[in-house]
Amino acid sequence: MANTAHAHAAAAQGETRRDFLLHSTVAVGAVGTAMMVWPLINSMNPAADTLALASTEFSIAGVAEGSGITVVWRGKPVFVRHRTAAEIEQAKKDDTADLRDPATDAKRAQKPAYLILVGVCTHLGCIPLGMKTGEPRGDFGGFFCPCHGSHYDTSGRIRKGPAPLNLAVPPYQYISDTTVRVG
Amino acid sequence: MSTEKSRLMKAWEWHEQRLPIGHFLDHSLGSKYPAPKNLNYWWNFGSLALFMLVTMIITGVFLAMNYTAHVTLAFSSVERIMRDVNNGWLIRYMHANGASFFFIVVYIHIFRGLYYGSYKPPREVLWWMGVVIYLLMMATAFMGYVLPWGQMSFWGATVITNLFSAIPAVGDAIVTLLWGGFSVDNPTLNRFFALHYLLPFVIVGVVFIHIWALHIPGSNNPLGIDAAPADKIPFFPYYVAKDVFGLGVFLMAYFAVVFWLPNAMGHPLNYVPANPMVTPPHIVPEWYYLPFYAILRAIPDKLLGVVAMFGSILILFVLPWLDRHPVRSATFRPIFKIFFWIFLANAVLLGYCGSQAAEGWPLIASRIGTFWYFFHFIVLLPLLSWIETPKPLPASISQPVLSPAE
Ligand code: HEM
Ligand code: FES
Repeated sequence: MANTAHAHAAAAQGETRRDFLLHSTVAVGAVGTAMMVWPLINSMNPAADTLALASTEFSIAGVAEGSGITVVWRGKPVFVRHRTAAEIEQAKKDDTADLRDPATDAKRAQKPAYLILVGVCTHLGCIPLGMKTGEPRGDFGGFFCPCHGSHYDTSGRIRKGPAPLNLAVPPYQYISDTTVRVG
Repeated sequence: MSTEKSRLMKAWEWHEQRLPIGHFLDHSLGSKYPAPKNLNYWWNFGSLALFMLVTMIITGVFLAMNYTAHVTLAFSSVERIMRDVNNGWLIRYMHANGASFFFIVVYIHIFRGLYYGSYKPPREVLWWMGVVIYLLMMATAFMGYVLPWGQMSFWGATVITNLFSAIPAVGDAIVTLLWGGFSVDNPTLNRFFALHYLLPFVIVGVVFIHIWALHIPGSNNPLGIDAAPADKIPFFPYYVAKDVFGLGVFLMAYFAVVFWLPNAMGHPLNYVPANPMVTPPHIVPEWYYLPFYAILRAIPDKLLGVVAMFGSILILFVLPWLDRHPVRSATFRPIFKIFFWIFLANAVLLGYCGSQAAEGWPLIASRIGTFWYFFHFIVLLPLLSWIETPKPLPASISQPVLSPAE
């Protein structure tokens, strides 16, 4: 009898201690596992050499009005379009249209004549048409993505179709009148 | 002679006591595993799926010996497999068409389950494991299709990885993580190869659990009623023989395509090397994804489209709770049976719409089809569980044969 009572008391006491040991062991194990999982996952993020390829320079001297060039930046196409006066006017007029992703044309083009955009559809990443002559340019005269039918206007803003956002404007600066650096 | 035999037997018994592998196989797929005696040919497709999984792993390992996972070399290493490697054409055509046949087999296997109510109690966990295998297969085949680094490989990878950018807040970070860069590129190809090699073995693991879960209640059967012990026959030799016969027929179809129509199910654009600067005018995924691609494009909102696409597969997980009708087999559910065939036709229609440009009538049809797909699961099945009067069930599998007058 005395023995049993003693054992009970010890068990009652020992249980909280054991619980504590159990919980702290599990906690240390969980934190330790998480600390090991993150480096593994993070190793899948862009590596230093990939990040280093971050900028591209090009000349816009030879780009005639109404045409454009496509340059490669970070493995993606960047559209550089020399817009016509009519296109610029249309883009400004559309500032007040019903826009899905509102932005003024002035904010999207540092110099109105040159529209510089990441040429990747914000839906699922296809390259929209409209840079080459003869390609369809959509209902709003800018770009048309054939993959699932997104229409962009002359400022590269999304107007119709499944894409949620405007064609992105990459970070860029004019390092001279005719040279641009993207990135 | 007799001493020779008994010595062999003794050696076998010695081994069995230490590792009862013969015992294990006999209980899993042998004479100690009883199966309902009325299984029809639709029950062949489980063993065919297992056969295809093994075929994919074996051909895949041999392809990997000659394949190079680098953007500048991948395409030409596959061309080298086709032209220079001894029998490389055979191994690659078996692998590429094997994926299609694997999906054909698994689709039949899934629709068999849908028709005969194999997802109903007590087989819900067995059904779940099947859905997990299906999802893993889709991921594996998607990453495999990227490996030859043709135009469809590249743009399929771009479109599918971009699906994750629809996730609010963290979407873009996830896509960058998947790519390991700013677009689908060499890091993406490398990790896809690593995962394409790994996932089939994960599938093997889930298949084990699937078969384990199958062995708890045993197979369902065309009547959908519980099989009494008297209505069961040992798996070996009866169903082993039947499965092997079915395999022979299946192999004729599979190799007819491998030998005479090896590119019929592939897209010619994948023989054009990947070009990150030119999107092909019309991107289509492999045929086995087409119904889901149609659902994605049917909805004019990016996030909702992606949710509907994933939802259309994930809804299978809760199917046992959407269809709560106590009768399993469509044989005894005349209304359910009609809607089963409509559902199947609708899935085929969605597949066709997915192969067409998303405009005009295919777009309208894919919207109606998407609506019907979800309507079937969310409204019709619960409603039928409530109102459908089944035909009278036989008391046992043998009863209709033994006393046909009743
Ligand atoms: C569930 C099993 C598997 C499925 C569904 C599957 C599917 C595919 C598909 C659809 C392709 C593209 C075929 C083409 O158009 O060229 C492919 C390619 C490839 N697979 Fe698999 N695969 C599986 C297992 C494996 C395994 C286990 C390995 C390696 C150990 C492997 C190695 C390869 C290689 C090296 C290629 C590139 C060569 C080629 O494109 O033909 N596969 N796989
Ligand atoms: S990727 Fe451009 S519309 Fe879908």
